[in-house]
Amino acid sequence: MKKDAAQQPKLDLSPPHQEGKRSGSVYGATFILMMGVWVLLSGKFDPFHLALGVLSSALVSYFSADLLFSEPLTGKTIRTAFGFLRYLPWLLYQILLSALHVLYLSFHPRMMELIDPQVLRFRSRLKSDLAQVTFANSITLTPGTITIYVNFHRDFSVHAIDRFSGEDLPGEMERRIARAFGEE
Amino acid sequence: MVIDLIVAFCLVVGLIFFAGGTLGLLRFPDFYSRLHPAGKLDTMGSFLVLLGLAIHQLFPLTLGTVLTGLKLMLIVVFVFLASPTATHAIVDAGFRAGLEPWRKGDPRR
Repeated sequence: MKKDAAQQPKLDLSPPHQEGKRSGSVYGATFILMMGVWVLLSGKFDPFHLALGVLSSALVSYFSADLLFSEPLTGKTIRTAFGFLRYLPWLLYQILLSALHVLYLSFHPRMMELIDPQVLRFRSRLKSDLAQVTFANSITLTPGTITIYVNFHRDFSVHAIDRFSGEDLPGEMERRIARAFGEE
Repeated sequence: MVIDLIVAFCLVVGLIFFAGGTLGLLRFPDFYSRLHPAGKLDTMGSFLVLLGLAIHQLFPLTLGTVLTGLKLMLIVVFVFLASPTATHAIVDAGFRAGLEPWRKGDPRR
């Protein structure tokens, strides 16, 4: 029996969830990022391997650019990226400080008297999803506090190991993230 | 020589963080409080150990060693992204299942 080519389901290669047109900047940024990772991981700079990298980066950015950047890149995106880079050193410093605190607790002979676990609840004023995710993950990264849940109304529930770990929240960390994401 | 000292310092301090994480995991009273040392002192420990290794293999400075160092730092980036997310997922699962957090004065679990 001869199959009719027109009746076969057509292989749809276009990316899913494609509403409207995506700007070239999204593809470009994804491509540059993918190419950077390729060069870093392959470590070979001859034309053959670079060509392979260009090919696969182009394919990946064609298929999944909307996973990395859901909106077209604008000046605000770039400002946010730089703001985030400025925020990182402070975050690392905070992680170090509070890691030392938890380290002290876990080696302390009378640890059970020092800790006082509690669940803190507060409402954040950060608007964008990305800022809230950054805030939630920053809270979890700083030892002594874990984000339990963030709901639709931006209510954060945070588990803190003792009063000292949780007393700064939301406070300075939220202010700095708001500044980094241009939400001042 | 100075490099070796820096590397040794990073490795030893990293191992202390790992030891603290393991000890805390054993000593803390309940599910939620155990996640504090487990999830995050380990992150700090792996950061320091990998930083030490990256510095150790960086000399003599060539393109290859720089690339290897950057790869090691890339592991750190992924650990720093994955570790809080996984910790959060576990805690969230605990609260959804209805496990009450330990309060001061409760018996150990």
